[in-house]
Amino acid sequence: MPSRAVRNVDRSLIREKAKLIRRETVRLTDICGSGHYGSSFSMAEIVALLYYQLLHVKADEPRWADRDRFTMGKGHAAIGLFPVLADLGFFPADWLDTYSRMGSFLGDHPEMKKVPGIDFSSGSIGHNLSVSVGMALGARLKGSPARAVCLMGDGEMNEGQIWEAAQAGAHYGLDNLVGIVDINGAGSDGDPQQTLRSEPLKEKWEAFGWNTIVLRDGHDIDLTFDALNRALNAPDGRPACVLAYTVAGKGVSFMEGTWQWHLGFLGPKDIERAYAEIDAGEIG
Amino acid sequence: MSQSEKYRANPPAPGMAYMSAELKKTIDLAESTVTDDFDERSWDMVVSLGLSRQLTTGRTLIELAEAGHDDIVVCTADLGRPTQVIGFGQKYPDRYFNFGIAERNMIGAAAGLATMGLTPVISNYSFFLALMGVENIRNDICYTNLPVKMVGTHSGIAMGFYGTSHHCCEDIGALRAIPNLTLMAPCDGTALSSALRTNVKHPAPIYFRAGRGREAVVYDKEFDFRIGGSNTLREGRHATVLAIGNLVKAGLDAHDILKSEGIEITVVDMYSIRPLDVAAVRDAAKRGPIVSAEEANITGGFGAAIAEVIAEEGLGTRLTKVGMPDAYSVLGPPTHLYRHYGLDGEGVAAAVRRALKG
Repeated sequence: MPSRAVRNVDRSLIREKAKLIRRETVRLTDICGSGHYGSSFSMAEIVALLYYQLLHVKADEPRWADRDRFTMGKGHAAIGLFPVLADLGFFPADWLDTYSRMGSFLGDHPEMKKVPGIDFSSGSIGHNLSVSVGMALGARLKGSPARAVCLMGDGEMNEGQIWEAAQAGAHYGLDNLVGIVDINGAGSDGDPQQTLRSEPLKEKWEAFGWNTIVLRDGHDIDLTFDALNRALNAPDGRPACVLAYTVAGKGVSFMEGTWQWHLGFLGPKDIERAYAEIDAGEIG
Repeated sequence: MSQSEKYRANPPAPGMAYMSAELKKTIDLAESTVTDDFDERSWDMVVSLGLSRQLTTGRTLIELAEAGHDDIVVCTADLGRPTQVIGFGQKYPDRYFNFGIAERNMIGAAAGLATMGLTPVISNYSFFLALMGVENIRNDICYTNLPVKMVGTHSGIAMGFYGTSHHCCEDIGALRAIPNLTLMAPCDGTALSSALRTNVKHPAPIYFRAGRGREAVVYDKEFDFRIGGSNTLREGRHATVLAIGNLVKAGLDAHDILKSEGIEITVVDMYSIRPLDVAAVRDAAKRGPIVSAEEANITGGFGAAIAEVIAEEGLGTRLTKVGMPDAYSVLGPPTHLYRHYGLDGEGVAAAVRRALKG
């Protein structure tokens, strides 16, 4: 598969968009009454780089046949993706104000039938890498330059279906398939490595036949760009997996590195604290 | 009307904060990061989980273990905190198995534990247990007829705005078709404790369909949670509401609403879905119209089970089903969804009025 052009984007823009993701996660959670802060903050730089620099998508043509496909195994962090899609013009920005309300198109998990720019629905943890395998197979069959990217969580590595998909991706030599694991160390019951150890992940993905790229800081924009760019644009006959080590709740000090803020809610006083930290933050 | 127009016409209330300093005082905050310098409305997972007071599985199993049931082992899939069995794990770490986010493996492992003479109790969200794991439940636990107890929490639309993927409205239909499986629905924390205490030694599989732990209290004391049993909670001569789960409380509310209109209804907690209390259905048919009420798809669900009895026994009465329509649910805050789908006192009362009009 050929690689695709990388847009020339200033790092300051990526930094701004990562802030947008964090700010909007706080704002939408206030509409909703509860939200996944930790999971959304940990992926902010990754999602910003994908959507503003690396992925080929068209907001005015969301079903464009040759678009890169993005799926979220960690669908519960959709609250961090919706603001990006709105910002790019996939749907009106005021949809965000309906987040989680009766009959809204935007809920805790992404839904392809309702939201332009969402390539696949998720909710069942462990399903979407298989879906991405199918997308990558389909793209190859149709001679499309489309690549399939699946963002997963670290707890998701426990699901057996991940490894079924891993075998299929390698067996079919899908070098248009990219898995990204957001290793933020926070799940419902605490650090997934304490709940059910999945490490060593590098050796596992390599043994499964994937080009495995370890990203030691998924908030450092240069390092993250380099890892994602290599995974997407240096095809070598194997699917690629980026193991992104991140911090849950990154950007708001009292949330960082905690499982307690996997789900939560901020009252007005703490929203202001969070906004101030996000705005002042120099992440990346 | 576009999505945008719809919401401009009907803007949501911002910030559905339900937390207060008063409420926090009633919760164990030992592990919470939310200290006194936070806004009183802020909460983290520890605070939120403290509100799930009706999830009594962990507490009950600790009591049973303390009473000498050293064969009880608890299994979960990264949901020990949300389903409130973490306490059992802290007290009996050797008998607590967290399998991570890997539900099918957990179900198979529970079956294996049961073959070794242990009594596994699985505690997990119902969607991830009953729907993701249905085939493992069928082949590993029920075909083998092993004494595994399953507690599926957050059933129906309890997951609210998590979205349709996390709603669990098809579980009754799926599980009702699996031989050897007893299916029961405790409607509050007392019923859940009763269910476990009565049936923990039952030599075959049981699935308990529970809520998210914030249900209204129906029972003030524990009772014999009999397989094939039911509890008549109100008696009235005009019609009967046969309800399960959250709809038991809705049935009681409907009773009060209708009473002021001169309509008297019987309300029965049909906590045993399979096998059903057939005698209770016969009694209801003698009384008049029957309303079935459930937080599940009416196709293949609890109401369908009632319909089978009415048809097969030729009871010749009209059945009105209250429940989720045969369509994918919309997302929204749970309380709004209950109102939207008529799964509250007003909804059940309206169904009774319809049934009486014939």
